[in-house]
Amino acid sequence: MKKWVAAAAFVTSSIFATAMAGAATLDTVKQKGQIVCGHGQGLAGFGMPDAQGVWKGLDTDVCRALASAIFNDPSKVKIVSLTSKDRFTALQSGEIDVLSRNTTWTLSREASLGLEFAAVNYYDGQGFMVRKSLNLKSAKDLAGASVCVQQGTTTELNMADFFRANKMELKSVTFATNDETTKAYETGRCDALTTDASGLYSERLRLAKPDDHVVLPEIISKEPLGPSVRKGDDQWLDIVKWSYFAMLTAEELGVTQANVDQMLKSENPEIKRLLGTEGKFGESLGLTNDWAYRIIKHVGNYGESFERNVGPNSPLKIERGLNALWNKGGLQYAPPIR
Amino acid sequence: MSSDPRLIDGEMAPKVSPWRDPRWRAYAFQAALVAVVGFLAFSAINNAAENLKRQKIASGFGFWDTNAGFPISFSIQYYSEATSSYGDAFWVGFVNTLLVAGIGIVLATFLGFSIGLARLSKNVLVAFLARWYVEFMRNMPLLLQLFFWYNAVLKALPSVRESLVLPLNSYLNNRGLTVPKPQALPDMDWVYASVIAGVISSLIYRHWARKRQEATGQISPVGSVSFALVLILPVLVFVLAGSPVKFDVPQAGRFNIVGGMVLQPEFLALLFGLTLYTAGYIAEVVRAGVLAVSKGQSEAAYALGLQPDVTNNLIVIPQAMRVIIPPLTSNYLNLTKNSSLAVFVGYPDLANVFTGTVLNQTGQAIEVISITMLVYLSISLTTSAFMNWYNKRVALVER
Repeated sequence: MKKWVAAAAFVTSSIFATAMAGAATLDTVKQKGQIVCGHGQGLAGFGMPDAQGVWKGLDTDVCRALASAIFNDPSKVKIVSLTSKDRFTALQSGEIDVLSRNTTWTLSREASLGLEFAAVNYYDGQGFMVRKSLNLKSAKDLAGASVCVQQGTTTELNMADFFRANKMELKSVTFATNDETTKAYETGRCDALTTDASGLYSERLRLAKPDDHVVLPEIISKEPLGPSVRKGDDQWLDIVKWSYFAMLTAEELGVTQANVDQMLKSENPEIKRLLGTEGKFGESLGLTNDWAYRIIKHVGNYGESFERNVGPNSPLKIERGLNALWNKGGLQYAPPIR
Repeated sequence: MSSDPRLIDGEMAPKVSPWRDPRWRAYAFQAALVAVVGFLAFSAINNAAENLKRQKIASGFGFWDTNAGFPISFSIQYYSEATSSYGDAFWVGFVNTLLVAGIGIVLATFLGFSIGLARLSKNVLVAFLARWYVEFMRNMPLLLQLFFWYNAVLKALPSVRESLVLPLNSYLNNRGLTVPKPQALPDMDWVYASVIAGVISSLIYRHWARKRQEATGQISPVGSVSFALVLILPVLVFVLAGSPVKFDVPQAGRFNIVGGMVLQPEFLALLFGLTLYTAGYIAEVVRAGVLAVSKGQSEAAYALGLQPDVTNNLIVIPQAMRVIIPPLTSNYLNLTKNSSLAVFVGYPDLANVFTGTVLNQTGQAIEVISITMLVYLSISLTTSAFMNWYNKRVALVER
């Protein structure tokens, strides 16, 4: 009889234990020894494995910065590749610790999907790519066109809004993954391919003849892309947010991967606070005081990450534009570290 | 009147405590099991609700009437991204699933029966081809076949600007087959009425013919008379009513063929894939069913002087059906469930529209997945129930 009671108590307690679960993400990450980072299925410049199978890109650098801040080792990142329709479930269920996968910050995603956006690491907007041979000058000439689109994106809704607002007929074809969407466009199933403009540039590189295709000038939506975390763990949200802000601040202050060691001797109080030679800002986040130094040492500042992955010298050749710092005509702005 | 179970050879057995009584123990174990299962289910639901609330994830079915706002590429019923709700999107996906599964089942049955019988043919070449068809289709993953059909259909066809112009103002290109869309004029009602009249009168004739055969032994030409009543009669009425149909003729537009009705390559690829794949399995079921009828049955029929086709229709096939129906049912169910692979070729079935786009836009995985599971379960159980009913009708009645 006693055995039964013990067994029942065990079953009960194990069920309620799961209900109580939800330990601090930072602790679980430290325990696992790595950050599990949700990524796409390969978008050149933003997150794609290179020839050695190492993931590289602007979104990957967000995760590498986190790993540097926590473990002082940018390689302690495990990338989980997700389709756009699976990404939120993966974050909600705890499969990944942070979702850094060109995901648009919207009200409904924060209010009802249980996630919280930490920052905007790329200001984007939705565009259309068409064949040059169509001789189109504007997206408004697309009335009656077939458009290929990936499922489970803000893109799907924006496109419908744009065609409706301009009283144009739309024939969309929806696919589950990036690959199939692009393939269908390339075979001529659709006249146009639509996604975020950055994605269009990236996909164009993968087409057989990139020069036969052109991205139309209209940007039909605001797509602030950034990393997001689960709701309810403010400490983890702060760490993701400020790891990114540290990269921006470093660019603003001229601290680079190359000169960060010299900068440790700097007398500039802002640099001293950033690199942890003054104050205890890292500790208040639950990290070490040299957290930002580690990020810059291993990953570099935001400008360096941008140049390396998507900038004018990379294959993608994207101008800084909206993603320049606020004092250089862009929107990237970090609150002060003090 | 049953006797008291405690009576052994008319004597009262010694009284045992409920703890040692096997009957009571069985009840106690059952009750405990029910309690544990109930408790687990309750806490799982409770746990999920609690966690969703804690993580501030929306729950409930409030999203059903919310405006969907995304387009769906193919729907039979009315759907507009401007006004339709997530609920409407669900129904579009549901009908699209039923459509492809329904047509697929009919085609796969015909093809499967033909190939199954071909494998038994005395013609060596026919039997050989049928055998290789079965081996090939059954041993290739369905997903691979779907990709093959989709890409084969897409790549082999000309682009929209170089559309093949077919007779009757039809166009064929890699966006599908566009044909003129018939639109009924008021006089068309006569034709509909004649179809109904034809079906009813052929049923009455069939009934009469059976009675007559039972009474006199004379066989009536049921097949050709039914054909005349159901098909030729409506055609005659159609011509007499002055062809009451006008056509919406497709024309080449700026980007696409405008007007008419379109059979999309996504739909065709999925239908081809499902039909050809499942037909391979059905062929084997049919072959097994026919071989299960012992040779003595047909020999006996020949000995009685029955013609080979009569032997097949009245002796072999009815007995084979008893073996064929149960596994045939499970193949139908497989085809329906496999149709959820539609998402890989871009056909907007239930899994694509509902567990794809709707789930992602609302983020309510538990609700959306539960509804979808319930729907597939209902479709499968309904198919199953129908086939069981049919199986009972053809089953051997033992006397």
